[in-house]
Amino acid sequence: MRNLINILDLSVEEIDELINVADDILDNPEKYYDVCKHKILATLFYEPSTRTRLSFESAMLSLGGQVLGFSEASSSSASKGESVADTIAIVSGYADIIAMRHPKEGAPLVAARHARVPIINAGDGGHYHPTQTLADLMTIRHEMGRFENLTVGLCGDLKFGRTVHSLIEAMSRYEGVKFVLISPEELKLPSFVKNDYIKEKKIPYVQSTSLDEVIGDLDILYMTRVQRERFFNEEDYLRLKDSYILTTEKMKLARYNMIVMHPLPRVNEISTAVDDDPRACYFRQTYYGKLMRMALIMKLLDLKVGKD
Amino acid sequence: MKIDAIKNGIVIDHIAAGCGMQLYHMLGLDKLDCSVAIIKNAPSLKMGKKDIIKIDSNIDVNLDIVSFISPEATVNIIKDEVCVEKRKTELPQRLVNIIKCKNPRCITTIEQEITQEFVLTDRKKREYRCMYCDTKASI
Repeated sequence: MRNLINILDLSVEEIDELINVADDILDNPEKYYDVCKHKILATLFYEPSTRTRLSFESAMLSLGGQVLGFSEASSSSASKGESVADTIAIVSGYADIIAMRHPKEGAPLVAARHARVPIINAGDGGHYHPTQTLADLMTIRHEMGRFENLTVGLCGDLKFGRTVHSLIEAMSRYEGVKFVLISPEELKLPSFVKNDYIKEKKIPYVQSTSLDEVIGDLDILYMTRVQRERFFNEEDYLRLKDSYILTTEKMKLARYNMIVMHPLPRVNEISTAVDDDPRACYFRQTYYGKLMRMALIMKLLDLKVGKD
Repeated sequence: MKIDAIKNGIVIDHIAAGCGMQLYHMLGLDKLDCSVAIIKNAPSLKMGKKDIIKIDSNIDVNLDIVSFISPEATVNIIKDEVCVEKRKTELPQRLVNIIKCKNPRCITTIEQEITQEFVLTDRKKREYRCMYCDTKASI
C-alpha cells in the first residue's frame, strides 16, 4: 500500500505518469466519471484549509466517488483528546483513502503507520505539502512543456514557505535547472534546504534582494506572500513589502513567455491587474492541482480507466 | 587519582571529555543501587582527556546511547577483574526512544504513546533528524 507523505516519495517517472494521466483527464474528463464509483475519500482536516479540501473533494466527486470528513479539529473527536492513531484506525474502516491536514509536523506519517488505507498528506504544519507541489509540477510541464533547462525564480518568503522548499526539492531532480532566490535578508532560504538540494547537487543559483534586477532572467516566477508577522520590526516590513509586489510595471521587464505561479491565497503580493496577463497562471495552477489529485487518488487506489 | 578496579561489571572507556555525566544520566545509571564511578578529564594518550564510567554490576548497557553521545567510547565487560569482552560502538542507523524531538510543532509533542524516532542523516556530521518532522536532533 502506498502513501504520499513527501513529494520525494514519488520518483520523477511516477510524477511524469501522474501528469500524463492528469493531462488525459483534462482532455477527456468523461472517461474518468466512474473510475472511483463506490469508493470513499475521507478528508480529515484538523485545521481549516478551504481550497485544498475543496480541491480533494472535487477531485473525488469528479471521479464518481464520495467524500466524508471534517474541516476543523473542533468538529472531530480530536477535540475530545482522541489520538491521530486511533482516529485513523477507525476511519480506515469507513473510507478507501484518506487525505489529511494537521497542524503538527509528521502527523501524516503517524497516520500512515496506523492506517489500513492509503494516506495523502494534505499539509502538515510548515513541513510538507506534496499535492501542492504536484500542482506546481503539472503547471510547469503544461505551461512550459518541460522540466529541464529552466530558470526558476522563487520570490518572497523563502524561509517559512514550505511550498518553496518542496518545489526546490522536486525541481532539483531535473537537468539544467537554475534557481534564482529573491527575498529580503530576513526571509532567505534556510541553509539546510540550500545545502541539501542546491549546493550538494551543484545546481547553479543566484540570490538577490531585488525582483526588478532578476525578473528578466526567469522562465518561471514563483511568488509567495511576505507576511508582516515574519518581520522583527514594522520598519523593515514597510521598507521591503513593496519590492516583492508583482505589478504590471514589473511584468514589462519579464520575458514574453515567463510564467507567474503562486500557491495562493495571495494577499497583495500580486497586483490584480496582473491577472489578465496571459503569463499569470496561478488560477490555472489550482485547476491543475485538482487534476493531479484525481490522478493521485487513482494511483494510490490502483485504479485505471477501464479496469474493474 | 586512584579508583579501585571492579570485580564484575562494566567500564565505559574513551568517553569524550565532558560527556561522562550526560551519558550517566541517559543510561539511567543514577537509578542503580551498585557503585558507579565517573572519572572526568582522565589523561589519555589518544584523546588528550577522556571520561570513564565504572559500573560495579553487569547491567545491559544501551550501546546506541553510548555511541550517540560519544562514538569513540568502548564498553568493556569485566569478569573476575579481567576484561573478557570489548564492545566497540558505532553510530546506530536509528535512535528509538533515546532523545525527544524539541520541535514544538512536531506531532510527538501531542500524540500519546508515540515512539521518538531519529534517523541518521549524515554519518560524518553525526547528524540525526526526527523521523516525523525532520528536525535536527539536539540533546
